[in-house]
Amino acid sequence: MIIHHPILGPRDAQEFVYLGDASLIGRPDGLTASIEDFHNYTYLRDNPAGAHRELWYHEQGDRSWLVVTRNTLTHEILQVELARDVARAEGRSK
Amino acid sequence: MPDFILTPITALGHATPEVDIIGPWTITERADVALASLAVRRGRLGDLQAAAAGAGVPLPAAGAAAQGMPYSSFWMTPEMWMVEAPFASHEDIRAHLLPAFGDAASITEQTDAWVRFDLAGADLPRLFERLCNFDLAKAPAGAATRTVMEHLGCYLIKRTDSLVTVYGPRSSAQSLHHALVVAAQSVL
Repeated sequence: MIIHHPILGPRDAQEFVYLGDASLIGRPDGLTASIEDFHNYTYLRDNPAGAHRELWYHEQGDRSWLVVTRNTLTHEILQVELARDVARAEGRSK
Repeated sequence: MPDFILTPITALGHATPEVDIIGPWTITERADVALASLAVRRGRLGDLQAAAAGAGVPLPAAGAAAQGMPYSSFWMTPEMWMVEAPFASHEDIRAHLLPAFGDAASITEQTDAWVRFDLAGADLPRLFERLCNFDLAKAPAGAATRTVMEHLGCYLIKRTDSLVTVYGPRSSAQSLHHALVVAAQSVL
């Protein structure tokens, strides 16, 4: 499997470490969110058969975090973004 | 108080850097380079670029290295570079860089964190295809990347077709050196 790193180009997936669902970026506000929100954030994940947004870490490369959109049925990689850009676009990491 | 007489040793533990000549390749330990990492503080890229231009510190693009005098550098990760300078004149490299960059950058001395080996000779891709997954033959001169050799995260810089620099963790200097020597001997 090849991941097209947005900066470094095509790289072998073995260079990366998988973390999980990219919704981890959207951590609820610790001061205002309810206990249910945190429960959902911590334990509940979608398990789609198809496109899935997930966090990958370029451990053997430039150590950037990426948001990889992958088809879980075919392993086709549809989109790769820097997690930093995704988080800032969502208003996080100000 | 007793007089301590401390003798500096190289990363491989000797008084002078080690040189191995194996077939067409020369593996040279380099102890004469000072290193510092240079990272942009949030939103200060413009200030950092201006300061770098003034101080003569090159800021190569992603996946590249640039050589200069006294400062050379290579790209590490977005908005971060490693700066190289001669050890003899820039032993305290952070103190040299700090006045130029002020609070636009975070500068960390890295000299004693790394061991550097320069590998010279023809046909280096034949050696490195045993050591890492980086396609040295296809990479242009001036390419720099982080890769893994012998389970160690290393920086690899292709200076020219016949000269490659490897930076590895200094605490594993002998392991990395062993890997380079064994690979060279095995593809002779």
